[in-house]
Amino acid sequence: MSEQEIEITDQSNSSNSDKPAMTKEEYWRKNITCVLSLLAVWFFVSYGCAILFVEQMNKIQIGGAGLGFWMAQQGSIYVFVALIFVYVRLMNKLESEYAGRNMNGNKIQNQGEEQS
Amino acid sequence: MNFNIWSFLREVVVAMDVKIWTYLIVGFTFALYIGIAIWSRAKSTKEFYVAGGNISPISNGMATAADWMSAASFLSMAGIIAFSGYGGSVFLMGWTGGYVLLAFLVAPYLRKYGKFTVPEFIGERFYSKTARLVAVLCLIIVSVTYVIGQMKGVGVAFSRFLETEYETGLFIGMGIVFFYAVLGGMKGITYTQIAQYVVLIFAFTVPAIFISLELTGNPIPQLGFIGDVSDGAPLLQKLDTVITDLGFGQYTNSVMGSKLNMFAFTLSLMIGTAGLPHVIIRFFTVKKVSDARLSAGWALVFIAILYTTAPAVAAMARLNFTKTIQVGDVGKVEGNIEYANRPEWFKNWEKTGLLKHEDKNGDGRIQYYNDSNKEFADIASSYGWKGNEMVKIDNDIMVLANPEIANLPGWVIALVVAGGLAAALSTAAGLLLAISSSVSHDLLKGILMPEISEKKELRAGRISMIGAIAVAGIFGIYPPDFAAGTVAMAFGLAASSIFPVLIMGIFMKKMNREGAIAGMIAGIGVTLFYVFQHKGIMFIASTSYMGGMEENWFFGIEPKAFGAVGAIVNFIVAFIVSKMTSDPPKEVQELVDDIRLPKLDEA
Repeated sequence: MSEQEIEITDQSNSSNSDKPAMTKEEYWRKNITCVLSLLAVWFFVSYGCAILFVEQMNKIQIGGAGLGFWMAQQGSIYVFVALIFVYVRLMNKLESEYAGRNMNGNKIQNQGEEQS
Repeated sequence: MNFNIWSFLREVVVAMDVKIWTYLIVGFTFALYIGIAIWSRAKSTKEFYVAGGNISPISNGMATAADWMSAASFLSMAGIIAFSGYGGSVFLMGWTGGYVLLAFLVAPYLRKYGKFTVPEFIGERFYSKTARLVAVLCLIIVSVTYVIGQMKGVGVAFSRFLETEYETGLFIGMGIVFFYAVLGGMKGITYTQIAQYVVLIFAFTVPAIFISLELTGNPIPQLGFIGDVSDGAPLLQKLDTVITDLGFGQYTNSVMGSKLNMFAFTLSLMIGTAGLPHVIIRFFTVKKVSDARLSAGWALVFIAILYTTAPAVAAMARLNFTKTIQVGDVGKVEGNIEYANRPEWFKNWEKTGLLKHEDKNGDGRIQYYNDSNKEFADIASSYGWKGNEMVKIDNDIMVLANPEIANLPGWVIALVVAGGLAAALSTAAGLLLAISSSVSHDLLKGILMPEISEKKELRAGRISMIGAIAVAGIFGIYPPDFAAGTVAMAFGLAASSIFPVLIMGIFMKKMNREGAIAGMIAGIGVTLFYVFQHKGIMFIASTSYMGGMEENWFFGIEPKAFGAVGAIVNFIVAFIVSKMTSDPPKEVQELVDDIRLPKLDEA
């Protein structure tokens, strides 16, 4: 279910101005869903694969290492990096959807870059 | 011309010894830091506290990586992993996974809040000067304990490689930090940290590449780690065989304590990371909220370069080290190296006392094995071995001796020294800024003298920076007993106090003043109580009334890993107290709404 919610935010911005304004509750709910689903992956790769189920994972080999051990010392770190960049993308999309829908097609969006 | 300048230069370079190289490279990096300091003087409080607030996400990511990776990450971590194997993974996951929490739960919201310090947010969100004061206190305890370790690292590096007195080294380090932190504040610190990141990452990866190439034929340590050694067996399998033959536990599956302990330890390090003020304030230096998120990603990229190289260095160093001593079959006389034939680096490190051999059975050879493994000790005594003769192997050696073990030229060794110093100085500077800004901005401007002018506040910031450097220096020269437990203390406190209060401030709109203060006090209380009862009050061992013994540990969780439990206590107490007291005022709830939502003109 959480997967679907993120999908919605993936739609292009062009149609945003046609939709009704996004309430702050809706924005916040989507944000929380996004964070929780990414945190589920965070938990799964570190606490799951690398600690709780490490023996089962070690039955699979990656190069010369057991997968569980490799996840603990390499793999989880790569996934952490990827997770943050996925989060950055999803949040930027969600924010521009929020801005697009709440400004009713007002085209001052790009000027915001200069401000702090 | 017969005289070839290049071949002459080459000879000079080869003839130069490590000490001259060290003076040259360390001198060059220090000159660079001073140059940056002069170029980047802070002219306003905004520049002093948050570097003007317009650092680019990549630059801030790099500065954050240097700010974060301390002498402990650079020197000790690979050594700790080398001797604990799989169990050491808690540090790798804990100190990187925390950035995911920082990016998702803390950094963007505090950037949206848009002010200068962490206690400032806590004070305003919980509409209470008491909460701000408690936060300042937590911040100072966490940062001071942390900075002592960095200053000690600087003193030790100088005394070992440049043969100065320990105190002289410490004073030089203090002088350098003084220069760029007092002049430039966050602005000077940011640009020096970027330079320091480049120095430290180069210093860490160059020896690792050579060692990986030599051992596995692959120049990328992360690939060599899962690659094969020269006889065709995978590196890790070979390492497991070599060390289990000597009675040690398997490298790839030796658990640290228990699974629950590893779970709690990793969690404590992660939430501690996301609650460390000197890391959080780095995200105040970027232009907008989306930059704060992006720059957390870049920070983790730069950190991951070192953190994925470290386990490779650890495994390779452990194998190299063991094979240096156990040159042939276990049990055969000639399987163990003769003490007289030990390599040069071995002798060098013996002089420092960090490596010690004791010929227990008087055979003139070195036996290195696990004599606390009873089964193997019996077999060993049938070989005529009378105990493990490597009576001291300091963890830090693994990184420092790496270039020597791999026979790398003098300049690489010098580079590693400069890298260690860069790691210690960059972290020290970040911590000192967190301390001085909380004194001048939170205590002085926020609580004692709200009317103070900006010019005076800037001067107060500089003076408190000088004060913080002096305190760090004094503690570096006369380390208090509690310095021994620095890491446990800093992470335990950050995890059990600052992290929960920030999360509740952002994600629980109804959390009120009473709940937050009660939660912070309960979280710190429980964590300190547990650490003190096992490690001694203020870490004075004789006052420990339950002993460090494992059988008394709460569900087998070691004191260092207890921050996660403290955090849970904090959340529960805060929740119960807030339910019994009145909701926060309307304007505070509006503040929470405001930090949650994006600025319309920024998206």
